[in-house]
Amino acid sequence: MPQNYVPIFIFLLIAFLIGAGTVLVASLIRPNNPDKVKLMPYECGIDPVDSARKRYTVRFYIVAILFVVFDVETVFLFPWAVQFKLLGLFGFVEMMVFLGILIVGYIWIWKKGALEWI
Amino acid sequence: MIPSGDYIRILPEIVLSIFGMLVMVIDPLLGENDDRKSIGVVSAIGALLALGATFIMAGHPGEAFYNILRVDDFAVFFHVVVILIALACILMSFEYLKVQEIRQGEYYGLILFGTVGMCLMSSAIELVMLFVAIEISSISTYILAGFRRRAAESAESSLKYFLLGSFATAFFLYGIALMYGATGSTNVDAIAAALRQGTPVMAYLAIALMMVGLGFKVAAAPFQVWTPDVYEGAPAPVVALMSTGPKAAAFAVLLRVLFGTAAPGWFWAVWIAAALSMTIGNFGALVQTNVKRMLAYSSIAHAGYLLVAFIAVRNMEQGVSAAMFYTAAYAAMNVGAFAVVSHFASAGEKYVSIEDYAGLGRRSPVLAAVLTVFLLSLIGIPITGGFFAKFYVFRAAVSSNLIWLTVIGLVNSAIGSYYYLRLLVMMYMKEPQSEESVPSVPFAAGFAMAGCVVATLYLGVFPNRVLQFAIESARTLVH
Amino acid sequence: MLETVLFLIFAAICVGGAINLLAQKHPISSALSLIVVMGSLAMVYLLLGAEFVAAVQIIIYAGAIMVLFVFVIMLLNAGEEERSATGSRVAMVLGVPGLLAAAVTTGWVLTRHGPASTPVVLGEFHGSAHAIGRLLFHEFLLPFEVTSVLILVAIMGAVVLARRGE
Repeated sequence: MPQNYVPIFIFLLIAFLIGAGTVLVASLIRPNNPDKVKLMPYECGIDPVDSARKRYTVRFYIVAILFVVFDVETVFLFPWAVQFKLLGLFGFVEMMVFLGILIVGYIWIWKKGALEWI
Repeated sequence: MIPSGDYIRILPEIVLSIFGMLVMVIDPLLGENDDRKSIGVVSAIGALLALGATFIMAGHPGEAFYNILRVDDFAVFFHVVVILIALACILMSFEYLKVQEIRQGEYYGLILFGTVGMCLMSSAIELVMLFVAIEISSISTYILAGFRRRAAESAESSLKYFLLGSFATAFFLYGIALMYGATGSTNVDAIAAALRQGTPVMAYLAIALMMVGLGFKVAAAPFQVWTPDVYEGAPAPVVALMSTGPKAAAFAVLLRVLFGTAAPGWFWAVWIAAALSMTIGNFGALVQTNVKRMLAYSSIAHAGYLLVAFIAVRNMEQGVSAAMFYTAAYAAMNVGAFAVVSHFASAGEKYVSIEDYAGLGRRSPVLAAVLTVFLLSLIGIPITGGFFAKFYVFRAAVSSNLIWLTVIGLVNSAIGSYYYLRLLVMMYMKEPQSEESVPSVPFAAGFAMAGCVVATLYLGVFPNRVLQFAIESARTLVH
Repeated sequence: MLETVLFLIFAAICVGGAINLLAQKHPISSALSLIVVMGSLAMVYLLLGAEFVAAVQIIIYAGAIMVLFVFVIMLLNAGEEERSATGSRVAMVLGVPGLLAAAVTTGWVLTRHGPASTPVVLGEFHGSAHAIGRLLFHEFLLPFEVTSVLILVAIMGAVVLARRGE
């Protein structure tokens, strides 16, 4: 079975080489004379305000954790999808039950206002 | 296709899940500042219906869902115990949530979902299913422990419970993986068959790891360190739940895994765990000044007594049935004790130190009398369930020639009675520190307390029916 | 032979990544090492014939969970960034040639060995998405359905605990 992955490995290797190569070539041919303005973070041309290294709001975390949860849900769809024909109506109903339970969770999150940003 | 009988075998779980989801849908419809009592009532109805469903389920014994779970007397017994615990906790939460100004209906949803996990733990015979069930019951209790939003110790409780708990679950999972490696199966029956052919070294390791995971869940020494801190910070009704429900379910799992698979080599491990739990629990409780911490140590000690029943292997039926009886009796008295603590604690859980109970006998005679019943039962005084629970356990131990362990257990019981009696003395012999009247017990909480008193006394006066049922269940378990 | 060589390579990367994870001072560096661990674990799964699990390992762990980790690090505000160059120099000296060597060996092993070599199979279990789908809707139907309740509880936990400050 690992042989099936030979093209993928070759692909990964080439991708890696291109990435590493670009950085290497760029560092060889570019002129190197940095100054303060050049090293400033670029934000549409406006001078940056304050440091970027500050505590982030917990909302990012809620969104991320909800993303993980629904990501896990999605993973279960893959094996179901590839076997869809074989499983037939029974599999469909079972999957709908699974999704139905999670949709209750989604509605709850929505109604609770956990997705509202402000 | 799944035969429809299979769905009846998970009927209590289905009912509980549906009501849990119902709670989730209703909760956001209520106003931000509305009382959540209506949701509590819905949850209580759900628990009652689940209890009814358990009796329907009991009429359809057998395996379901491709041998994932088995409905037998053993499973029915623990279903009833766990659902009753959940019902009592829901009832005592009406008042608690109001007093503490917790306005989140998902509290009840989490109790119901947690109960789904605990129920499945008692009927699953497939380790993968067991793992998912344990996770459901644990994660909901982790969250419930953190529900006192204004108290930092509640967050601490939740975090400690979560970190150590997930570590323990990882041990359990590792044990499952090794068991699969050793026997090529995750089904309890298939494992039993494979282990009868011979015992690979890996199987010992698997059993050891699973015992670490479950030892944490039942708060047995040396995995008991988290208990006092977690119980102290968590809301009192939640402590009532988590000191009995997940524990009962974890004991069910332990019985299934150890006896159902005829697992090898755990005798001395459990022996030491039992002796350590009893000793650490009782000595730890002696020096506590906080009632919740004291009951936490007492719960460690009781886990120790219960484990004694496990190693009465010469007469397995006797041992297993004693363990089951103990679980039920402990659930009744401990939930009851926490119901009183939860009512008495008042807003912000102000009154939880032992001194606060001074003169309770005069300030509120009924409440004091109710607490007295539970404390006497925890000591193991006759006509309470605690007496027969201890009696059966030590009888099983003696008939299996576990003289030393019995001696340790009896000495510990004597030591243990000191700190329960101290609370009794405080209630009846000391002058009240404040003349502030104790708020009267509302109907739902009173109903829960009354139920626990009745159950405790019933088990103490007519233990035979429950014991007989436990013995029959034990027979199906150990073949 | 083939599996053994590949297994040893990825197991070594995995253990190395784990050690590096513990040794790094800056949490972000540790998080990046964790990605290496996750990635090489995915390869080990692949060698066991568990294609689906390997893919999930990448999607969930190296993808979603790592995002979560990084968010937690940012949330906790791990403090001033330590600009020590030694860490990156170690990575340059050992990491890049190591990675290249691993890639070359892997490519070499993969191309040299013909289709004769069979994947390692544990028990009856083949981990393709097809096989998992069959298992999930037959033997493990109930655990699968019950997982939805577990996910539901996790959702509630995330929202309840994270929204406490308001």
